[in-house]
Amino acid sequence: MKKILLIGWKDVRLVFRDRASLILMLAAPFLLTLGLGLVSGRFSGTSSSVISSIPVIIVNQDGGQLGDALVEVFQSADLDELVDPTLQTDAGAARGAVNANESAAAVIIPAGFTDSVFAIEEAPVVEIEVYTNPERPTSSSVIRAIVEGFLNQVELGRVNGIVTITQLIQNGYIQTADAARLGNEIGQRSAQDGSQEALITLQGRADESVDPPFDVLAYMAPGMALMFLMYTVANGGRSILAEQTEGTLPRLLVAPVTMAQALAGKAVGIFFSGMAQMLILIGGTALLFQISWGNWPAVIVLVLAAVFGALGWGLLLTVMAKTPSQVANIGSAMMLAFGILGGSFYDVQAMPGWFRWFGIITPNYWALQGFTNLAEGDGFAGIAVPVAGLLAMGVILFALTVFLFLRRGGLRR
Amino acid sequence: MAPILEVRNLVKNYGSTAAVKGVSFNIEEGEIFSLLGPNGAGKTTTISVLSTLLAPTSGDVRVGGHSVVSEPMKVRNLIGVVPQEIALYDDLTAHENLIFWGQMYNLSGKTLTDRVQQVLQEIELADRAKDRVRTFSGGMKRRVNIGVGLLHRPRLLFMDEPTVGIDPQSRRAILDSVKALNRQGMTVLYTTHYMEEAQELSDRVGIIDHGELIALGTQNELTRQVGENDALVLEVGEGENVRQLCEAAKSIPGVVESDTSGSTLTIIAPEAEEILAPVIVQANALNVKIHSVAIQEPNLEAVFLHLTGRALRD
Ligand SMILES: Nc1ncnc2c1ncn2[C@@H]1O[C@H](COP(=O)(O)OP(=O)(O)OP(=O)(O)O)[C@@H](O)[C@H]1O
Ligand SMILES: [Mg+2]
Repeated sequence: MKKILLIGWKDVRLVFRDRASLILMLAAPFLLTLGLGLVSGRFSGTSSSVISSIPVIIVNQDGGQLGDALVEVFQSADLDELVDPTLQTDAGAARGAVNANESAAAVIIPAGFTDSVFAIEEAPVVEIEVYTNPERPTSSSVIRAIVEGFLNQVELGRVNGIVTITQLIQNGYIQTADAARLGNEIGQRSAQDGSQEALITLQGRADESVDPPFDVLAYMAPGMALMFLMYTVANGGRSILAEQTEGTLPRLLVAPVTMAQALAGKAVGIFFSGMAQMLILIGGTALLFQISWGNWPAVIVLVLAAVFGALGWGLLLTVMAKTPSQVANIGSAMMLAFGILGGSFYDVQAMPGWFRWFGIITPNYWALQGFTNLAEGDGFAGIAVPVAGLLAMGVILFALTVFLFLRRGGLRR
Repeated sequence: MAPILEVRNLVKNYGSTAAVKGVSFNIEEGEIFSLLGPNGAGKTTTISVLSTLLAPTSGDVRVGGHSVVSEPMKVRNLIGVVPQEIALYDDLTAHENLIFWGQMYNLSGKTLTDRVQQVLQEIELADRAKDRVRTFSGGMKRRVNIGVGLLHRPRLLFMDEPTVGIDPQSRRAILDSVKALNRQGMTVLYTTHYMEEAQELSDRVGIIDHGELIALGTQNELTRQVGENDALVLEVGEGENVRQLCEAAKSIPGVVESDTSGSTLTIIAPEAEEILAPVIVQANALNVKIHSVAIQEPNLEAVFLHLTGRALRD
């Protein structure tokens, strides 16, 4: 047992001294996470860890039904977490506040907006102004999306004529403004379908870029870490065959070390390297990107299971390959394929069923589910199924590896 | 006392390739035994079987009375191996390599650290101990490679061509240390394709060629096989005509054998002085320039040539 650990520890040291493997184990997933975070706008705007409570100033000079309706949209319960609206009367002061970076955007509804929309004859178009803060591109684009969503509905109504406007009213956009007249009737209708339909459009737009209660990075960071975990196990497998060709494995086998000890030592080394990699990535992203990974003990249990499942693939690959470079090449292909199938790039839940079927052979698929559940606040219950899946995967792959190894009577060469 | 190593009818095939074809020899405790043979003779294959790395196809090998097949762990504890190809971890330092391999040989604690220091002194790398092996020259790596085999003070040390590809100075140091280790009581099986090394190191020599042990005995016993023949060794200018000279020399009365290797022409005859003149005449006729002439008493080179009709070095 002592020799197994010594061999494993030797391998951990070698891996962490090798520049190329460090780049792929740590730098690549970290930078990709960072890059994806930037693309999604995760780092812009507020310092809080999720995009929420976007400060927006609304200047409603319209005084008409539609102006009030837009204000109502911003103040609605559906957008409660996403935006933090402030009402103001002075458009100039609102722009000033945006310039001073006190707010992500100002929405200025000019006087006569409702009238210009409701005018039956051609009338000069009065446009809503969204004054955005370039320092907060994501936040301000969310605000713009909300306003555009609203205007789409209005526009739809305008081209369809008065009838549609009535529908718009009935749809609930102006329920508050016209409360006195429409009263209960509109309220009931909107409860049934109206306001929901309208707001779904807005929410859908917001969803594309950010889902307020869930942090994108809490999905991407584990996705990338898991993908490059496959690199680590493949690289470890490669090192087994490399030690064979470079003579250090034969040298172990003329020392008082059994083949089983030597290979177990290598497997332990890969396992520890994978653990170290995952924990460094998780710790690093937690500190630097302020990702909340969730319940720590559960995270660690999940990492153990994920590394175990991935290790099974690394060993199977090794026992099936002939040369170190074969392991490296197939390993890279496997890393990408598993990343795609397992959802390291996008949510597999949104993919067709057959796609998901392939996904379940990847450690990425199970582990990502677990990480997502944990990030959403689950405890151990949230990782029960993923951990079971990963352990089963590891056990099956280990058994297969040992079977092939014994049937072949050793490593291929 | 029973020999420390007994090899009986050892056969090793790689698929259809017969690498070792029924080799038998013993090594007594305390001796340096050289296995001399050209490239591909089966030296490494033999050592691999003797050191439990490869299972023999047939035959019996015992180290200290233990079978390499049925008691490999007992054998491994008695032997040290210096492989022909350098087998070290490039990204560990010399010191870390020695510590790791020492641990694999069940050393620990103070014994381990003492042995590592001692070996670092012996291989004269104490000052570079903290540098990664990757940064070492070929000769330095070879020395660490040897050091690893010495850590646990094995009773029987297998050294497989430990001087290949290094400078004369390092080679000298290695040969001296083999002799020093032997004086301390270590038994050594040394393989080489340098006749001079076998001649310098060992009393008993086995000559192996194409997987067969074609000669076995003390140097005196072996050279007596050649008869009382001398070797006339000519350093000549290289060229087509050297081969012709070699063939022509065979027809000179008294010449037993003649062969070339590069720019060296070796001619075996009972009295070298007597054939020197006709050889020079032939050389002039064929326009072969002679740089130097040496007359050697019977040696292993001559034995190999006598037995195989080929020069040892190709
Ligand atoms: N793994 C192998 N598979 C097939 N054939 C092999 C293998 N290893 C060696 N051989 C063959 O066995 C024969 C003996 O090789 P071996 O390496 O034992 O020779 P050697 O005396 O050590 O040569 P060298 O001086 O070049 O090291 C050669 O013909 C070689 O081609
Ligand atoms: Mg060899």
